[in-house]
Amino acid sequence: MPTLETTFAGIKCINPFWLASAPPTNCGEQIMRAFDAGWGGAVWKTIGAPITNVSSRYSSIDWNGQKMMGFNNIELISDRPTEVNLREIAEVKRRYPKNTVIASLMVESKRETWHDIVQRAEDAGADGLELNFGCPHGMSERGMGAAVGQVPEYCEQITGWVKEKARTPVIVKLTPNISDIRIPARAAKRAGADALSAINTINSITGIDLDTLEPRPMVDGKSSHGGYCGPAVKPIALNMVQQVMSDPNAALPMSGIGGIGSWQDAAEFILLGSGTVQVCTAAMHYGYRIVEDMADGLLAWMRRKGYETLDDFRGHSLPNMREWKNLNLNYKVVAHIHESKCIGCDLCYTACWDGAHQCIHLDRTLPAPNHFRTPDMVAAESRSRISTTPIPKLDLDGAGADGPYRTPLSRIPRVDEEECVGCNLCSLVCPVPECITMERIDTGLAPETWEERVAAGIVPQGVGHAGNPNL
Amino acid sequence: MSEQTNFQAQSPGSAEIAARFPDLHPAFDKTAAVTEANRCLYCFDAPCTSACPTHIDVPRFIKKIASDNLEGSAKTILDANILGASCSRACPVEVLCEGACVMHRYNKQPIEIARLQRFAMDALHESGAPLPFSPGKDTGKSVALIGGGPASLACAAELRRRGIRAEIFDARPLPGGLNTYGIAEYKLPLAESLREIDLISQLGVEFHFNTTVDAAQLAALEASHDAVFLGMGLGAIHKLGIAGEEMQGVTNALDYIAGYKSGEITTAPQRVAVIGAGNTAIDAANAAVRLGAQEVHMVYRRGPEQMSAFAFEYEHAKQEGVKFLWHVKPTGLKGAGKVEALELAKLETTSDGSLVPQAGGEFSLPVDLIVLAIGQATHTDFLAGLDSQPSKVKLERGRILVDRATGQTSNPKYFAGGDCTNGGREVVDAVADGKRAGIGIAAWLEVK
Repeated sequence: MPTLETTFAGIKCINPFWLASAPPTNCGEQIMRAFDAGWGGAVWKTIGAPITNVSSRYSSIDWNGQKMMGFNNIELISDRPTEVNLREIAEVKRRYPKNTVIASLMVESKRETWHDIVQRAEDAGADGLELNFGCPHGMSERGMGAAVGQVPEYCEQITGWVKEKARTPVIVKLTPNISDIRIPARAAKRAGADALSAINTINSITGIDLDTLEPRPMVDGKSSHGGYCGPAVKPIALNMVQQVMSDPNAALPMSGIGGIGSWQDAAEFILLGSGTVQVCTAAMHYGYRIVEDMADGLLAWMRRKGYETLDDFRGHSLPNMREWKNLNLNYKVVAHIHESKCIGCDLCYTACWDGAHQCIHLDRTLPAPNHFRTPDMVAAESRSRISTTPIPKLDLDGAGADGPYRTPLSRIPRVDEEECVGCNLCSLVCPVPECITMERIDTGLAPETWEERVAAGIVPQGVGHAGNPNL
Repeated sequence: MSEQTNFQAQSPGSAEIAARFPDLHPAFDKTAAVTEANRCLYCFDAPCTSACPTHIDVPRFIKKIASDNLEGSAKTILDANILGASCSRACPVEVLCEGACVMHRYNKQPIEIARLQRFAMDALHESGAPLPFSPGKDTGKSVALIGGGPASLACAAELRRRGIRAEIFDARPLPGGLNTYGIAEYKLPLAESLREIDLISQLGVEFHFNTTVDAAQLAALEASHDAVFLGMGLGAIHKLGIAGEEMQGVTNALDYIAGYKSGEITTAPQRVAVIGAGNTAIDAANAAVRLGAQEVHMVYRRGPEQMSAFAFEYEHAKQEGVKFLWHVKPTGLKGAGKVEALELAKLETTSDGSLVPQAGGEFSLPVDLIVLAIGQATHTDFLAGLDSQPSKVKLERGRILVDRATGQTSNPKYFAGGDCTNGGREVVDAVADGKRAGIGIAAWLEVK
């Protein structure tokens, strides 16, 4: 039987599912209910500097009828007195000794202030500390949060102060609002951080009210940029986690964050090296109960894959990520449409013509392949066709199917495999699972990368700006 | 003399009829409409659009509902089909747009196109806005349109958008033809048909009511107009050809449906028999049930496989409680002054496929009302011309022959569309015919 138990930076965890430092971890009563629901840990809503919150605080964007594809907040850190939070941490740890409680901290940039809060959080019984160097709104204007995370020297300095005092593992939470997340990650590692968590929220404006012209969330007619999260940010978070975890100077135990709401999301973060995952938006949307399927689904997948522990697959996709110049240029796939599955929506056809390489055609019922018939010509032909309501008595010769498939042959597109570049677009827009598959074509050529071509002098090296840190 | 008024205000409404014939397919509210709109895949060269005789760009109007651009949605519909509201309620979408939806092959419910279309059109009507089209610059040309049904209305709208005068002549007191008087009230209420025509009338269409055009008037109209559009539909319902048909208690489906829709008939007697098994017969039978009849029979000489009604209409009739007598033929009517029973003979099929009475298969069905729905005759006598001259236009089996793309008849000055050319189809077919003819007339007048 596989297990979800794991050890993260020395902290024993009953499962890798933590609630991120956010409204779902605002108080002890909430966190205890979350633990009852199955959450393995919780990062307490950030404790530290005194603040006042605004009303309203959240906004979101919906997509094609789905609510909260992306979520945004301008709420600050905990607005409860530090003593109350610390007392409740102690109570939670007393009642739930096996669950992980991490204290998220953020105070002004003074050594003694950091020493003081570290001491008090650990005295309360926190299993570890998370340094909030990522909050992108409000706190950063006061020199905290992202204002620290965006300056590697400050990041290193404060992590150093915390490490002078801390007896429990120190996790540095990174901001994505930076051009290269590896730089602050390396700074944290240099200062002795025990772990990293990424990503915090992304600077965002979710939308504007088109009646009032006021951006959301609205506070007395005005707004302020917020922190973006939810399903929409997962690809950005996965990339940043991979960047850090593939960098030997930055990699540390990683608590992955960003758009996680399902067991599949969690598995992906773990495959890119995360030891635990943190969840916020999905729990804010649907409640703590979502963790049950995250655990259940992940265990079932582990059973199918033959993994006993999270370590059995943690980081296993990292070797499959590489720089573009190291990809095999002689690998070729082409789209294949499975006619028996095609429903005739022809979205692949319009996508290929307008968005890709004009190599899907609607010419199966024409006398010969026709690569010059544009979508406009196809549509105009249909519009010029006269159709009438079929009435049995009046139409003795009903329209028959024009091919062997359930979809009329005239509506099943054909891929010109000679021209297909294998871009995937058609298979991405196709609404039917497994209807368009990308099939490997044997080019008969040995694998070859751009870097190899440069090395062999087949292609020029190319000239960038001297000293560009990206090179 | 043109009569441009508020037709909807003249609607002879009846609260009792409204209560007995509530919407068969209730309107979507906004949330439901947007959710459904988001389900649409937005097919390229969509099969629903191809299946629609008027080629409404269905995915386009649906996406405009999803994007909360209801004005644009209604305009997309109206651009293709000026009776988009009526069609959203009256169309047999199961065999048209919704029948063609690719979702059928996706193992999912087809998109509810009709309800979405109604949602967009209702929003336009509720906004009080006029049609999103203006009359074209006056060309000085004029067209007389015979009949005020969907074909003529669609033709007139195209003509007005091109600056051509459109004068409609209709036999009834209100416009719309069968769209107003002939569609089951639970699909399209009479007042809704008139509301849509009010908008078309704002384009400057002129109406002449209570005017049955005869040969003499047709000759006059031909002389005074640049072209004539024939959109008068079909004629009276066929008679059974048996004794007693003039008796009280025998009516026909068109009169029966028009009668209850205009509030003149509000109850039905105990026992009703409808003769025929087409869509109109089903509308009449369902109406009798809803008007209070205890027992409604549909009488048809063949079996359910051969009935001309759509399968979903047959299912609906069964749900309403209509009973069916298959393979029987009326042989006589009984009654003293008023019909009391229908004499029937059971039929069997011979080896050559013909139907013959079964020996000893005669029986009698006690009835209080008989509704005939065995097809309509054509109405083309007035085309014969004055003094028995040859017909103005070429006919085939009573239908006017037209060039499908332009609606032009054998006589270049005459165009035609709707039931008088296609033998009796749907509102949407008439609209498509009228639209093509309107465009065809404008093109012909330009080069003439």
